[in-house]
Amino acid sequence: MTQQTARAEHKDGRGGLGRLLGLLPSYAGMILLTLVFVAPLLWMLSTSLKPNYLTTRFPPQWIPGTYSGEGYSTILTTNSGNPVLQWFLNSLIAASAHTVLVLLTASTAAYALARMHFRGKNLMFVVIVLTLVIPQFVFLIGNYLIVQYFGWLDTLLAVIVPGAAGAFGVFFLRQFFVSLPMELEEAALIDGANRLQIFLRIILPLSKAPLATLAVLSFLTNWNDFLWPVYVLLSPKSLTLQPGLAILQGAYNTNYTVIMAGGVIASIPVLILFAFAQRYIIEGVSRSGLKG
Amino acid sequence: MATQGIEQPHVQRPRGKTSSGGRKPADAGPLTAYLFMAPYLVLFTIFIVVPVVFGIWVSFHNWDPLLPVKPFVGLQNYVDLVTPGSTTFGPFWKSMGATGKFTLYSVPLLVVIPLLVALILNREFRGRNFFRATFFAPYVLGVAVVGILWRFLLDPNVGLVNYYLGVLGMPDNIPWITALPWAWVSLVGVTVWWTLGFNTVIYLAGLQDIDPALYDAAKVDGANGWQRFVNVTLPGLRPVLLFVITVTILASANMFGQSYVITQGAPGEETTTAIWYIAEQGLRFFKMGPAAAMSYILAAALAVVSLANFALFRYRGD
Repeated sequence: MTQQTARAEHKDGRGGLGRLLGLLPSYAGMILLTLVFVAPLLWMLSTSLKPNYLTTRFPPQWIPGTYSGEGYSTILTTNSGNPVLQWFLNSLIAASAHTVLVLLTASTAAYALARMHFRGKNLMFVVIVLTLVIPQFVFLIGNYLIVQYFGWLDTLLAVIVPGAAGAFGVFFLRQFFVSLPMELEEAALIDGANRLQIFLRIILPLSKAPLATLAVLSFLTNWNDFLWPVYVLLSPKSLTLQPGLAILQGAYNTNYTVIMAGGVIASIPVLILFAFAQRYIIEGVSRSGLKG
Repeated sequence: MATQGIEQPHVQRPRGKTSSGGRKPADAGPLTAYLFMAPYLVLFTIFIVVPVVFGIWVSFHNWDPLLPVKPFVGLQNYVDLVTPGSTTFGPFWKSMGATGKFTLYSVPLLVVIPLLVALILNREFRGRNFFRATFFAPYVLGVAVVGILWRFLLDPNVGLVNYYLGVLGMPDNIPWITALPWAWVSLVGVTVWWTLGFNTVIYLAGLQDIDPALYDAAKVDGANGWQRFVNVTLPGLRPVLLFVITVTILASANMFGQSYVITQGAPGEETTTAIWYIAEQGLRFFKMGPAAAMSYILAAALAVVSLANFALFRYRGD
C-alpha cells in the first residue's frame, strides 16, 4: 500500500484508466474507513429517535421502524435533576465567553510581542512558549485552589477564565503577525495613527483567517473540556454538557434513547461548526504541526 | 476593557525609518507595549505561573482546604510515593502503570495508522477532501460524547460490535469493557477512532511540504516505491514525526475521559489512569499535598520520556 502511495505522491503522466485502477484499493480502503467513522454517529442519531424498547433489538434497525421523541422530551422537559437544556446553555455561554476572552487577550499580547520593543520581551516570549510543553495536569491542584479563592467554584467563571491563559493563542497569532509586511504599519505611523488604531484598523482586518481559526479552536476546546468541569462544577444547574453527559449515563443507565439524545444534543453545535468552519479547523491543526 | 488606556500621547510621534535601514518597526513607548501585554499577562500569571509554583508549595504540606491547619511536611509526600507500603504507594503506581500501558499500546497505533491514511489521502483523487473531513469529524466531539456512544456500541449484550462480530461468524460475547485485555483494546481502539484525524491532518501538511523534485530525482535513480518512502518521505517528515510522537505521548499520558466514561476504571482499578487518580485524591478527597506531589512525579516521568524521544531523533539524524 505504501509503495503505491509513494508512487503517486504527485501527478505523473499516466493514463486515466491505469490511474483509476491504481487508485481502486485506496478507494476501497477509504470507503470502508468512512463506514467505520460514520456508522457509530448514525447509530447514535438513530437510537435517539427510537422508543427505548426498540433500542436494543436485533437485528439493529438503522432506520427506526417507529420514531419517538421520548429521548429528547425526557431530558429537555422534565424537571429531573438533569436539566440538559440548562447544560446546553451553560456550555454555549462558557465556550463563547472563553473564545472572546482568548481573542482579546491573545491578539493584543501577540501584537506587542510581534511588533513592539520593550524590556523583557524576549524573555517573556520564551517563558510563554515554554509553558506550551507543560502538561495540563500540573496546573490542576494550583488552579483549583485559585478558583476556590476567587469564589468561582461551581460557577461558569471557573470554566471560562483559567483556560484562556494557555499560550497557544499568543504563539499562534504572534507567528502570523510577524509574517505581515511592515510597510502598511509604517505608512500609518507616518500618517499619525497610534498603535491602537493600527492594531484595530490594519492588523486585525488582515488577520481574519487566523483569528477565525483561533476562535473556532478555542470554542471547540472549551465546549469539549471534560476533566476540569467534572471537578469544578458540582451542582446540577451549573454543569456544562460534557460532565453532564457522564452523569446522564449514570442516571439513565440502560435507557439508551435518552443517553444518545444527550449525545446528539452535545454533538450538533460542534458538528455544525465543523461543517462551516472546517477550513479553519484543519488549517489550524496543520499549522500547529509545522511549528514542530 | 483593558485596551482603553492605550492612546498615550507619546506614541503619536511618527518615526518612519530607523537607523538600521527601515526594516525595524517604528517604536512605540514601552508603556503602550505593556498595556497591550497586560490583559494576557494577568491571566498568564494567575493561572499558569502561580499554579505551577503554588502547586510545589502545596506538595510540601498536608494540604486539606477544609482544615484550618496545613502542616508543613517537607518532602514527606514525595518520600511516601516512593516508599513501598505507604498508603499512596500502591494505588498511585498502579495508576501510573495504567497510564503507561495505555501510552505504550496507543502511541504506536496513533503514530502509524494516521500516517498510512495520510499517505493515501495525499494522492490526487476525487473526494479526498471529503474523506479527510470524515476522518477528522470525531475529533471535534468531546470525549464524553465519544465515551457514551462507544460504551453503548461495546456493550457485551446489546452493543453493535459484538452483534456484527457474530454476524461475521466470530465470537460475539467479548467482554469489551469489563475484562482484560479487552478493556485496553476498547480504550485504545476508541481513542484511535476519536483522534486519528488530528494526526492525519498534521501528516498531510508535512507531506505537502516535501519537495516533489526529490521524488523525481529518486525515480531517476531507480528507487522503487518503498525505497522512495524510506529515503524521501520519512526523512522529509522527520520534524513532523517528532512533533506527532511528542504530542501523542503527551495526550495519551493525559488520558482520563475514556476510562471515566467507558470502563469506569474497570475491571477492578485496572484502567484507572494516573491523572484520574491524582484528580480524585486532590479534588475529591482533598489530599492535595500528595496529589500535587503525584502530578510533579508524573510530569517528571513525561519529561524523561519526551527527552529520550528527542535524543533518539537527534541520534538517528546524525
